[in-house]
Amino acid sequence: MKDADEGRGSTGLDDAPAAPERREGDRKSQAVRRAIRSELESDASDETAQRDTSVAELKPVIELSHVYLSFDVPILEDVSFTAHEGETVAVVGESGTGKSTCLKLILRLLVPDKGMVCIDGEDITDLSFEDALKVRQKMGMVFQGAALFDSMTVFENIAYPLREHTDMSEDEIEERVREKLQFVDLDPDRVMEQMPAELSGGMKKRVGIARGMANNPEIMLYDEPTSGLDPLTTGTITRLIKKLQKELNVTGIVVTHDMRSVARMATKVALLHDRHIVFFGATEEMFASEDPYIREFLGG
Amino acid sequence: MRPPLRFEERSKPGVLTRLNESAKSRVLSVQEYFILAGKALRFIFARPFYAQDTVQQMDEIGVKSLGIVLLTGLFTGMVLALQSSVQLKTFGATIYIGRLVSASMIRELGPVLAGLMVAGRVGSGIAAQLGSMRVTEQIDALNTLGTDPIKKLVTPRVLAALIMLPILTVINDLIGIVGGNVIAKFIVDIPSSLYWRTVWEQIAADGFILRYIPNDFIQGLSKPFVFGGIISITACYFGLATTGGTEGVGQSTTRTVVTSSIMILIVDYFLTQLLLSLLAA
Repeated sequence: MKDADEGRGSTGLDDAPAAPERREGDRKSQAVRRAIRSELESDASDETAQRDTSVAELKPVIELSHVYLSFDVPILEDVSFTAHEGETVAVVGESGTGKSTCLKLILRLLVPDKGMVCIDGEDITDLSFEDALKVRQKMGMVFQGAALFDSMTVFENIAYPLREHTDMSEDEIEERVREKLQFVDLDPDRVMEQMPAELSGGMKKRVGIARGMANNPEIMLYDEPTSGLDPLTTGTITRLIKKLQKELNVTGIVVTHDMRSVARMATKVALLHDRHIVFFGATEEMFASEDPYIREFLGG
Repeated sequence: MRPPLRFEERSKPGVLTRLNESAKSRVLSVQEYFILAGKALRFIFARPFYAQDTVQQMDEIGVKSLGIVLLTGLFTGMVLALQSSVQLKTFGATIYIGRLVSASMIRELGPVLAGLMVAGRVGSGIAAQLGSMRVTEQIDALNTLGTDPIKKLVTPRVLAALIMLPILTVINDLIGIVGGNVIAKFIVDIPSSLYWRTVWEQIAADGFILRYIPNDFIQGLSKPFVFGGIISITACYFGLATTGGTEGVGQSTTRTVVTSSIMILIVDYFLTQLLLSLLAA
């Protein structure tokens, strides 16, 4: 997690210029907002219709309800949001507001002080360590820095969850690894035997996604999937996340700063501010909101 | 992961509070250390057992440390023989060089030197590796992929160290006594047969357990077993507890080497006292 006091009043985009370049920042942010709007309008038409009719019947896959968490100081207070089957929920907010903490709660790497975290309707807060390991097998996680095992090749990295938790034969494993690499637009023959250190940032992220989805999980969690990437690679990663949701009906939680990607891939947005969720709703609703903080977050 | 600290929201704690906090955190780390040790040892008998990782670590800890252990053993044996020849000459007792070298090597210098060398070479390596895995989120990745990092990373290293350190120590002892032989023969002019006879006399003089196992061997082999545990668990503990990026990794390696070296020397004293009283009984 990043420093708590950073990023107040920033654009919410990584490494954005701070106060001195405010005026230029304003111009830029307006441009970003326009771009996001046009993006929303083009993307939304086909999806919103389908979404509105179906959400009511869909089952909640991930549910945080009234979660409180504190270490030395309170981190999250009364945080609730739900991701239904096939939805992608973006968790956004300033640096250090506990966005990544939400992912750790869902993975049960952390246990809330109060409240419930439910996966597929089952409360995971009281599970034993071993049972938690089992629940985690339903989820694929993509880390900010990809977190590939650097002592293993790309192939071994993606094969890892398969070797750990399935009885698949080596041939089946290879087939699955190739399939996943192709899914993330990487050439299996070229990258399989490479070490993570030999890959570029964007390739690492894609291998990270391939490893996360190796086990065909029903839930994918992404921690800043586009941070530190160039706009083109960002587009590729965003498309991938969308493709996963559309083709495999995977439920996703994306922690990010990149509002443009949010506009393109998220069905819902949860905005964290000052330990609370200050907005949770459809993406378009957030971009259309007149709430001063949301406006500041989106554009300021 | 550290929670964000909003210092402005807290009043500055007083001296007593801070002392209390720091004492508590120390007690907590000792507790965590022993919990880690307990889990690591318990998982030796639990499934899944990572045999491949264990073999790889045995190679890393044992085989790759052979060079430095051979060198330190050889020169320690040689310098022991040289120094003792000077001292024993004043009593006209240079024929006892073999006794002196074997007693010192087998009981003390073999285990302690092997332990210190491995702490420096392997302990720092383990701490650096686990530390960088921690700061690059690879430990979290293991957790999310449904693997217990202690089972996968700590247990193989601890088991490998428990097995390899006694073996390294035996090699260290042996090469040290051979080094003593070289000095005795070429510098002090004591025939090899006499040297080796005095070596054996020394081993036999301390008595046997179960008729055939010399007491010296019990002392000499139980120590590296304990040291292996100390080095590997300390290294894993500091490695896994790493925070603060690459700088933190550096701190973890330093702490590992310092802490495990000091622990080896302190534990060696108390272990010797315990073993001497047990073997005398």
